[in-house]
Amino acid sequence: MAHNILFLAHVDESGKALPKAAYEVLGASVEIAEQTGGTLTVGLIGENVQEVANTVATASARILCVCGLDFSHPRYSTDAAAVEAICRAAAPDLVIAPATSRFLRVMPGVSHRLKAHVDTHITSIDLHDGVLSAKRWFYRQRLEAVIQRDARPWVLMMDSGCHAPWIGASGAATVEILDVPLSAEARRTRFAGIRVPNSDAQTIRPDAKLLFVAGAGWCKKQTDGQTHLPEAESTILQFLQRSGASLGGSKSLVDQSGENQAVLGFMTHLNQVGQTGSTPRHPKGLSTCCHGEEPHVVGWRFINERRAINLDPNCGWARGKADVLYVADAFQVMTKLTALLAEK
Amino acid sequence: MSNAYHIIVCAGIVPDPLQTLEPIVSPTGPSLKNEMMLPAVLDPWAGHALYEAANLAAHSPGSKIWLVSAAPKAKLQQVMMNVAQKASFELVAIDCPANGFADAHSVARILAGAIQAIPGIDRSRLVVFGGWESASRGAGVTMQLVGEHLKITDQFQGVDQLSVQADGSFEILERIEGGRHLVSVCEGPPALLGWATGNLPEPKNNPQVGMANMRTVMPALQKAKAAPLSQGVRYLSVTPPKQQRQTRIVKDRPADEIAAELLEWIAQD
Repeated sequence: MAHNILFLAHVDESGKALPKAAYEVLGASVEIAEQTGGTLTVGLIGENVQEVANTVATASARILCVCGLDFSHPRYSTDAAAVEAICRAAAPDLVIAPATSRFLRVMPGVSHRLKAHVDTHITSIDLHDGVLSAKRWFYRQRLEAVIQRDARPWVLMMDSGCHAPWIGASGAATVEILDVPLSAEARRTRFAGIRVPNSDAQTIRPDAKLLFVAGAGWCKKQTDGQTHLPEAESTILQFLQRSGASLGGSKSLVDQSGENQAVLGFMTHLNQVGQTGSTPRHPKGLSTCCHGEEPHVVGWRFINERRAINLDPNCGWARGKADVLYVADAFQVMTKLTALLAEK
Repeated sequence: MSNAYHIIVCAGIVPDPLQTLEPIVSPTGPSLKNEMMLPAVLDPWAGHALYEAANLAAHSPGSKIWLVSAAPKAKLQQVMMNVAQKASFELVAIDCPANGFADAHSVARILAGAIQAIPGIDRSRLVVFGGWESASRGAGVTMQLVGEHLKITDQFQGVDQLSVQADGSFEILERIEGGRHLVSVCEGPPALLGWATGNLPEPKNNPQVGMANMRTVMPALQKAKAAPLSQGVRYLSVTPPKQQRQTRIVKDRPADEIAAELLEWIAQD
């Protein structure tokens, strides 16, 4: 069973490399091509692609590119046109792409134009009895399924952190540039910048080794009958600064800002982890003042080592959801921990 | 410049997040045990889309909202008893067995067909809202496919903010990696926005809005046409994760000792 496999990627914001996830998905694509005896084509999109193409030159694949100023920034109409052009030129029966925010917002739409079928957030691609199969989660990481499709082309968008990255030497790549004519309609939307949300510090760090989650307990009355928001804010921010951890929040905490309650000023919906938030991938996670109920913990599915600090010994973390639960006051523990980090 | 919009909100329903989900195999493929008995809620992302639609309509006199939903009719009626009190809308209901295992391509085709059949929709004022992802499939696929069916090429996903500018253009903030937002300016309708959580709180229940909505909701449910879903996916297995941790509970330890233990843990590779 041979597959004509197209690996698609876009240039990252630096303009000089692919996103980290793209090299991981290239690794998976090369592996599937080897297992199936298929041929691999690489498709690249960006303002300038030659430098990036050179980084994958030794993957032994034909390289198709769409480049130019119109393709420098994410925009549905132009990204869709570029992906469509590459797919039509490569005529693949399997398209594999990294689940970056840029591609997640365009690949399903393109699959409709190609009369293809698409599945996103794939965590692995394997052969079952010689038939291509993909694994993904349903109901927000609560059920895991292995799926197959007969329809081709099949577009698979693979999450980051699910495969070892492809490693190869750079070389002088030969690229085929595709011309993609754009109508005025395709330019109705224009890129206007990247905005960092109001925050005292950039608290979301996808590459951090530790996820630190703050729950609603930080904003509640403490043993003296008073709330201590300024102390909570400084304790958390100092810990983040010294540990390099990424900050997550429970829904109940981030919702408070929308309900005009006293809140942590740097906490936004972007920090939310759980059923209606993100599912970050960090090796370790430390939860504080959070009950650990199922809707929140589904966001921890890919956190390997979990510890929690909570005053309630019967909270959700105690029921097999954390490796260690410290029944203690998080204000005290985190203050001490930050001091120890400072000494170190 | 008139800013009266025709706002379509596509919304699915999902099991209440607090329910335990157990997969079973049915004649039509995988489903959830006692699925029809599980209490359902409006999908949280679609809910945010509805609240944002209500906010946009409130600031754009003459606008109208249609809530288009493909779901089992009985479950949809149960959910509408609550949702109808949140915002004014006209329900367009499609009776179909949609759940997390349904093929997004089929669901999108049904939703797009229902939108195209709404009388009097003005494409020059059309704004299609929906959830960026969902609490069921969570794929982020359906809304893009709906947009392609409707030939809308100004699409935005993971939207947290829509601001209508003085010239009628839209400034839109979409989530990207690293907790940041991509800022785009779109000339205006037609456009499709898949919402993340937005910035608005859940509106308080308004019984008057609920009563007004229910006058159209019940007839819409009664005349909802059954729509079979085609399934292009073959499921080899559907399983809940089996990992159950042996939690060590540490009590009555001074904060100093706990902090020292945590420091050692954080420092380990």
